[in-house]
Amino acid sequence: MTPDHPTSHHLEAPAGRASLLRLATAGSVDDGKSTLVGRLLHDCRALLADQLAAVERISRERGLPATDLALLTDGLRAEREQGITIDVAYRYFATARRRFILADTPGHVQYTRNMVTGASTADLAVILVDAHHGVTEQTRRHAAVAALLRVPHLVLAVNKMDLAGHDESVFAAIADEFTGYASRLGLPEVVPIPVSALHGDNVVTPSASMDWYSGPTLLEHLEAVEVAEDQSARAARFPVQYVLRPQTTGEFRDYRGYAGRLVSGVLRRGEPVVVLPGGQRSTVAAIDRLGERDVDFAVAPQSVTLRLADDLDVSRGDVIVPQASPPRLTREVTATVCHLADRPLHAGDRVLLRHGSSTVWAVVRSLDSRLDIGTLTADPAPTSLSANEIGQLTLRTAAPLPLDDYRTDRLTGSFLLVDEADGATLAAGLAGALELGAARHGD
Amino acid sequence: MSAREEIVRPAESPSGLRRLSQLDVLESESVHIFRESAAQFERSALLFSGGKDSIVMLHLALKAFWPAPLPFGLLHIDTGHNFPEVLAYRDRTVSGLGLRLTVALVQEFIDAGRVQERPDGTRNALQTVPLLDAIGKGRLDALFGGGRRDEEKARAKERVFSLRDEFGAWDPRRQRPELWSLYNGRHRRGEHVRVFPLSNWTELDVWEYIARERIALPGIYFAHERDVFRRDGMWLTGGDWGGPKDGEPVERRQVRYRTVGDMSCTGAVNSQAVTVDEVIREITASTVTERGATRADDQVSEAAMEDRKREGYF
Repeated sequence: MTPDHPTSHHLEAPAGRASLLRLATAGSVDDGKSTLVGRLLHDCRALLADQLAAVERISRERGLPATDLALLTDGLRAEREQGITIDVAYRYFATARRRFILADTPGHVQYTRNMVTGASTADLAVILVDAHHGVTEQTRRHAAVAALLRVPHLVLAVNKMDLAGHDESVFAAIADEFTGYASRLGLPEVVPIPVSALHGDNVVTPSASMDWYSGPTLLEHLEAVEVAEDQSARAARFPVQYVLRPQTTGEFRDYRGYAGRLVSGVLRRGEPVVVLPGGQRSTVAAIDRLGERDVDFAVAPQSVTLRLADDLDVSRGDVIVPQASPPRLTREVTATVCHLADRPLHAGDRVLLRHGSSTVWAVVRSLDSRLDIGTLTADPAPTSLSANEIGQLTLRTAAPLPLDDYRTDRLTGSFLLVDEADGATLAAGLAGALELGAARHGD
Repeated sequence: MSAREEIVRPAESPSGLRRLSQLDVLESESVHIFRESAAQFERSALLFSGGKDSIVMLHLALKAFWPAPLPFGLLHIDTGHNFPEVLAYRDRTVSGLGLRLTVALVQEFIDAGRVQERPDGTRNALQTVPLLDAIGKGRLDALFGGGRRDEEKARAKERVFSLRDEFGAWDPRRQRPELWSLYNGRHRRGEHVRVFPLSNWTELDVWEYIARERIALPGIYFAHERDVFRRDGMWLTGGDWGGPKDGEPVERRQVRYRTVGDMSCTGAVNSQAVTVDEVIREITASTVTERGATRADDQVSEAAMEDRKREGYF
């Protein structure tokens, strides 16, 4: 720590006013991802003196020639011992323009599981490539996961440009190859950026060694990218989490409110709604917003409490939606799943399915295909799905579910499969048919 | 306060309809977590120390269930070395809001020989046994903690719903993946879940929320004159816990506490900040982290927090 280390105050966003960008980073072992994340935090002044001092001390103790910024993100003992990143870590930083939540997802063991976790909430994914190695099978897998999870924005950070002589043709070749692959996957836009995480080129400050690159630095892009994925622009979906009935005497004696978070869309007082899966119709009589009574509207992702005009039997797991735009109800679920648990999934398995605030029994009717996300080929009718494998399956549920297609709504189209016996999370589910480049199902 | 008041609500104009502030989004996320927990668990408790994070957590919980009463009680593990101002705040809050509070006293466990006083007098790590005892006695299956991921490296990797085995232990290598906003609280008998509704909040978010919601805090969070002495690079308050020793001269200084924990290991910082806005300005300009500035227990080793968590700590 140098005494003149700049402070962060001039870069802080004004109170609560800045927009929020959630991003996930993915890279193979040795692509320098931890260094990139460390560099981003360091150059954004998101690191404070004691954090930096700790990293400098550990680097010295290990006899490293320079301060290793990768040490900033390795939080657990085993990670430091093995020099690898095991689990998804969340980092928080801010600039004058934005607040950022960064999910740092490790790229080696359990890469699918980790990346699916990080990508599930990300507005943007940064995929790292080592300029020396170019696009590898691992890179293609990361891109496929980003495409599958429908992460709206993608950055290709071509790292270690210093070791590639800052050569434009090296960067261009990698960017071309990756962009071609990404378009096969149906990824909307890729922004390739040549960086050197070690030296800080094009991470926060423009590189002095790559005049040929005139695009944004990584941070400039993160600050500027339009988060078009607006949950409030979709059809309203309100899963009831909890029924609030104070049952006290006095003012709230007859109060009956349905507490939940508006996952998508906007709901207004007076809106005609239907309660699913039961199908009862009513109108929104009042919206209470966390102690603020009877507001005019609620907008995703607000947590509110709805009161309905009619006395209905509504409970946790029900979903309140506008009569004008209800989701399809189904007990026959076709979905893509990323298998997360160590025990494999087989046809015939009985599992719990968690969607929104509901949990229902489900049976795996059939495993329809397994995707090789390295080659984008589908293996038909596999006997099981193991950890980190992606496949398509058909489920039969005990009760009808108001599932949207994941491709139209990432939140109302997603679910978990859970082991009833010990509660383990088995798989992440994306409602709808698997559709990924050449592996398009049913072609 | 004036500059901050206008920020708070999403604009009612059609163009501003969809603009929620960072604090609105965090608040809604925390409320969602509270409601999920209340629905998924049978008996839970909120860890309430009178520290700012637990105060904000309680404020969010009250909002989440309004106008119904809180569906759970509060639990405090009292080290016996707590700041008297903070305990007074705790008791005022509990009686003012009509809440249920269970206090587990570390001193009773020391007296009974179930935990050993450490040579340095620090009792932070001694909270684990009384905590697990309270969980067992109350047959609790969930505990709300005010931990934030920005605080510390091990916390940065912990889930919002963090499963603990029958010994209360956290195994960082066997955490459940947590996707979208689907929180899986299912567990076997004897296991429990630690729930962290403030996971995605930063220290600054907490203070800006305190300003916006006009939440009262114990006075020691604001600059005041206090007799302190220097140990391990921190300003500590003397007391029954064992300070100051000979050769540790006491000085009267203008200080405030940035975090509030056990008196033996929580240091005060030099400060002139007497209002919430001044505190916000001060931490925004600070060049050290909250825990780095004020916690001796995390400076023991790189993995101090991880090690305590593995044993069942908060």
